[in-house]
Formats: sequence, structure tokens, C-alpha cells
Amino acid sequence: MFSTQPLRRSAAGAAAALTAGLALTGCSTGGDDEGTLNILIDNSEATGQLMQALADAYTEAHPDVEIELELRPGGTEGDNIVKTRLQTGDMTDLFFYNSGSLLQALAPDQTLVDLAGESYMDVVTDTFKDGVSAGDALYGVPVGHAVGGGVLYNLAAYEELGLEVPTTWDAFMANNQAILDAGSAAPVIQTYGTESAWTSQLFILADNYNVLAAEPDWADEYTANEAHFADTPAAAAGFEHLQEVSEAGFLNEDFASLTYSEGLAALVAGEGVHYPMLTTALTEIEATDPEALEGIGFFALPGTDAANAGLTTWLPAALYLPQSTEDQGPAQDFLAFVASVEGCEAQSAGATVLGPYFIDGCAVPEDVPPAVTQLQAYFDAGLTAPALEFLSPVKGPALEQITVEVGSGIRSAADAAALYDEDVKKQAQQLGLEGW
Amino acid sequence: MTTTALAPPRRRTRRAGHRGHYPLWFYLPAGVVYGVLFIVPTIASFYFAFTRWNMSGTEFIGFENFALFFSEPYLFQGLVNTFVYGLLTSGLKVVLGMLLAVFLTSEIIARGYLRSVMFFPTLVSTVGVGITFTVLMDPGDGLINQALAAVGVAGPGWLTDPDLALISVALVDVWKGVGLATLIYIAGVVAIPQEYFEAAKVDGATAFQNLRHITLPLLRPATATVIVLSLIGGLRSFDLIWAMTQGGPGFTSDVVASVIFKQYQAGFWGLSSAGNVVLFLLVAALMVPLYWKLNRKEVEQ
Repeated sequence: MFSTQPLRRSAAGAAAALTAGLALTGCSTGGDDEGTLNILIDNSEATGQLMQALADAYTEAHPDVEIELELRPGGTEGDNIVKTRLQTGDMTDLFFYNSGSLLQALAPDQTLVDLAGESYMDVVTDTFKDGVSAGDALYGVPVGHAVGGGVLYNLAAYEELGLEVPTTWDAFMANNQAILDAGSAAPVIQTYGTESAWTSQLFILADNYNVLAAEPDWADEYTANEAHFADTPAAAAGFEHLQEVSEAGFLNEDFASLTYSEGLAALVAGEGVHYPMLTTALTEIEATDPEALEGIGFFALPGTDAANAGLTTWLPAALYLPQSTEDQGPAQDFLAFVASVEGCEAQSAGATVLGPYFIDGCAVPEDVPPAVTQLQAYFDAGLTAPALEFLSPVKGPALEQITVEVGSGIRSAADAAALYDEDVKKQAQQLGLEGW
Repeated sequence: MTTTALAPPRRRTRRAGHRGHYPLWFYLPAGVVYGVLFIVPTIASFYFAFTRWNMSGTEFIGFENFALFFSEPYLFQGLVNTFVYGLLTSGLKVVLGMLLAVFLTSEIIARGYLRSVMFFPTLVSTVGVGITFTVLMDPGDGLINQALAAVGVAGPGWLTDPDLALISVALVDVWKGVGLATLIYIAGVVAIPQEYFEAAKVDGATAFQNLRHITLPLLRPATATVIVLSLIGGLRSFDLIWAMTQGGPGFTSDVVASVIFKQYQAGFWGLSSAGNVVLFLLVAALMVPLYWKLNRKEVEQ
């Protein structure tokens, strides 16, 4: 049939192609061309602005250094990329990633460089250090501002209907009813559309201040498998609240298909009045319409006690130095710049300030949007508590699907809390925690 | 590949005779590629299924992963969905593929053009198809519901209604995959000797009788191929579901493969390997008897 001649030739061709392929891979994995600092960041608007501002300010002072920002998707897909690249030793010189429980899942003691001995870490506040430490080791330098989880709301709608910022859940529900009765807008925006299911978790995650107010030992008992969402009423309340707003008909009609950015647009346009969200969303709003920030307010997710209405906070993400980085000098120098007053001044210049910094000596400017002033008030009053993911490494991967089911009326709150308790078990076992 | 295996045994023995002409090393390159890229990873994944595997290494934990996998609360729904999806897509591809093939082999105008149009969706990237249909099926602004609204019908939330999401994805899968089924059936129809139809004509058979008593029985080998291919494809389907609903809303359109993928994404690598082993065994347990049965029937003919 065939003569062997062409076969041999094509086999040689295939071998050549394979070698070329290997050579190419060899080039791209190196990634440490002279004077270029590669940094992997997520593709959100907020991260992009901050990192670009830092990179621009740094390269202006160091013209011989070039900084390249490499984008990755966010969410679980992004987690996967970060883990895979760390595991294969193919990580960029520095990378941007969450602090708290997500960092713990990276096995930092085996993949990241310990920064505890670096002098530039002295100005980083202790609150932040708690979120990026494992044992005695410290791994990250903060980028960005403290983030609050609560409810973004439309100021104009509140003024029009004469509503007051609610400090209890009942007051919040009464406001929702008043908005529904007025008939022109949906009281609560939810967005379960393409790649936006994560937005459904806020009712649970941003309720942690209220859980801790009722159960001060909640985080430790939860980590030790002694307390669970289903058998802790204060913790199960988050699931119940979501079910309540859904059953009362307070959600926007198109909640099942609306996406995160469409939800923000609906909030700005006044089609919906409340949107439970992180304050990082303010950057997204600003990116589409800078004027719109003036019309958006913020309050913490209300609980039961009006006198103790506090805010659940998130630590900002951080820059980490992987052990696979061959020449650590330039990377360390950039980290020192980020952890300095010049660093936060560069961030303030390049992006809107959305909350306090975690570097000593960095001040928040006077002219901030109204939502940020409201956020700052919680910090000034000392009414803040970290989100559960900064107090416990246990976070189940399926929470967003479970909360979508509760919000869509597919699953009851009690059932959802029990299911989530099952879900976190896998994570705890994977981390090898005691008592699971 | 499947068609060769499905061919009658008589011909197969003749093939075996041919096989002697090729020296062993002739098979070596394919064997090495197959071994390195398929056999070795498969065996490795069987090993990793028994370990707790994370960033710091692996720890052998016996059958714990399997116990954990089977205790997944949403796994059962995933299993049911997998079968619904596999049977629905496979059944529709058989029926529609056969009808289209009969239609496209009859004397119609623009036959060649219509055949290409029919096959075209098969060539498009699955993820592209998924994203396109997600936009088309949007409950509010989607073209499908806009068109329905124009004729006064309130369209459902194709991908957002928990009862409908899986079926909607299955229908898109059929749209994309029916071209290949049709192609196999066209080959089957064309292979039927004209003598049968001529004899039937002499006997005064109607067109329907032709279809019922000649075309359909003689299409059995093609049907076997289409069933086997589409059922395997349907049972392990993942890409289209992920592109369109990511298993949502909630877990309502999750199939076994998407449950496994989510576990992998969450960093439970050992657990997701165990899930893959289970899926492998499941598909094999279903397909081997089915394949054998379809083959047997053909031999009996």
C-alpha cells in the first residue's frame, strides 16, 4: 500500500515539530526576561486599575524595569489556574490573589516565599497580617482597600420614598415592602445569570458580623466541626433571609438570567433599589459611569440588634512571591514599593479610594463617594468584623449553587444550610483539619 | 472505527488474514502514542482516585474518595440527569437523523446544498454553539422568546427554569449533533441495493411500505452506530452543559461530568479522579452489553 519512504519522512517531520514545540514551551515557561517583571492578576476592573497605577508609578521611578500584567479569569476558574501554575512551577514572578481561606488552600508553606523577615512588612497592619499568615510565616503584601460586604442602595429612591437606612432585618423588610408598594422598582436585585452565581452568596457571607454578635466563638467552633450552619440559628439566618426576600416577591423579575454587571446597571438606573454586594462593585460602577457613584449608598447587612448594627469586612487581595521565581530581587523591590506610603499614594492617584488602607501612614482622601463615607463610618465606630473566610479556612465550594437554589425557590433555607454543612466537610478533609 | 467493528464476522476474518502482511513495528508508533497519552494517564488516574491529593502531595486513603463521591447530595440528581440527557439526545438523534437522511436521499432540489447545511453545525465549536444559544435563549431579550412574543406566545425561561434547563441544553446538543447522525444514515440509505426497491415496485408497494419494510430494517447497522456513538457522547457530555448553564440554576442541570469538574475546580483532585473512575465504569457497564446486543442482532440477520 504505502511505500515506507513518505512515512519515514513524515515521522521525522513529526519529531521535528515536537522538538520545536518543546523548545517553545521552554521559552514561555521561563518568563524572566531581563528586567521584566511578570505579574498574574485577575481580570476585574478594580484589580486592573490598582495594579496598573502601581506598575506605572514604579516604572516611572525605575525606568530600567518593565512590568507586564498578565490577566486570568476570576472565581473558581481563576483559583484553578493559580493552583495549577503554582503546582507546575509555571507561575509568574509575582501574582495577585485573595487573602484568607483561599490563600490557605495554596499550601503557602510549600509554594510561596515567607516575607516575615522583610523590613517592609513592618508597616503592614496586624489585621491584614492575620489574613496572610500561616503559623509564623507571612506571605502577602496588601493591594487596595478594606472591602465591606453589605447592601448597595439607590440614594434617589430612598429619598423619594422617605426611607431610612435600616439597622435591623425587620426594618429592611419594611423598606422592601414600601419599595414594592411604590411599584416603580424591584426592592432587591439578585443576579444568577452567566458567571454571576457567586453574587448570590452575599446574604450568607456578609451576615458574619451578626453571627459573631450572637455567637462570639462561632468561627473557632465551626473550624473544629463543633458548630454548623444548620444547628446555629444565627448562622442559618442568612439562608432564611434569602428565602424570605425571594418568597415575598422582592426580587427583580429577571434575577435568573441577569448578570453581575447588568445588576449594577439596574441599581444605578433605579430599576432595583437594594443590591447585596461587596464594595468592590463601586469600581465596576465607576468604570461604566463615574458620575453614577454619587447616587449609590451603602449599609451593612442588618441583623437583629439595632444598637449593634455592624459591618462584615473583607481584607483586600495581596501580591505573593512564588518560590519558583528565580530572580527574587526585582520582585522583592516591587513588593517593598507596594507596602509603602508611596505605594498607596500611587493607588489613590490611579483609582478611586474605596476604603481604608492596610499600610500604616496611608490616609483616605477627603473627597470620596457617599458609599465610601458610609463604609468608613463603620470602621470609625469600630463596628466591624472579618468575614468567615478570614477566620476559618473552611469554605465549601458549592455555596454559590446552593444560594442560587434558595433564591430561586428550588430549595428551602433549612435544607440549604444542611447541604452546605455537607459541602464544607470535603474542604476540611482536603485541608487535613482536626476533628473532621 | 465503530463501523468496522460492527461489520459482519465473515468480513472480519478476511481482515485478520490481511493483518499478517504488516510487520509488528508498523503498529509501534500508534501503540506508543496510545500508551503514553491514554493508557498511562488512565492507570495513573486509577491510582490517584485512591488518594487525597492536594498542593503538598498525595496521601493514600483507600476507598474514602469513593464513599465521599457517592455521598455527594447532588450526585444522585446528576446521575439521573446524565441518563435523561444521554437517552434524550441519543433518541432524538436516531429519529431525526433517520428522517432527515431519508429526506436528503430522495429526489429533491438543492440536495447537495441541504446536506451541507445539515452537517454544518457539527463543524462549529461546541462552546461557540453554547454561548450563541445562551444569548438566543435569554428569557427576556433572547431572539427565541422575542420571536415567540411576536406571535403572542410567552416563551419560557429556557435555561433559567429549573425544570427546563437540562432539556433546553439537550435540544441544542441535538441541533449540533444531528448532522453526524444524518451523515451516517445517508451512508446507510445509499448502501441499500436498488434491486429491493425495484422488486417492491413490481409488487406495487407504496412509498410508505418501501420505508417501513425495506429502508428501516436495512438501516439497522447504521442505527447501531448512531446509538452507540450518541449515547456514549451523551453520557459523558460536559462542554455544552458547562458553556450554557454551568450545571445551574443551582444543581438542576448538573450531570456526572460537571459534578466531577466542579470538584476538580475546587481543588479536590483525588475526589474528582474517583468520580472519573466511576463515570468510566458506568459508561463501560452500559455500553459493553448494549454494543454486544446490537452486534448480536445484526449477526442473527
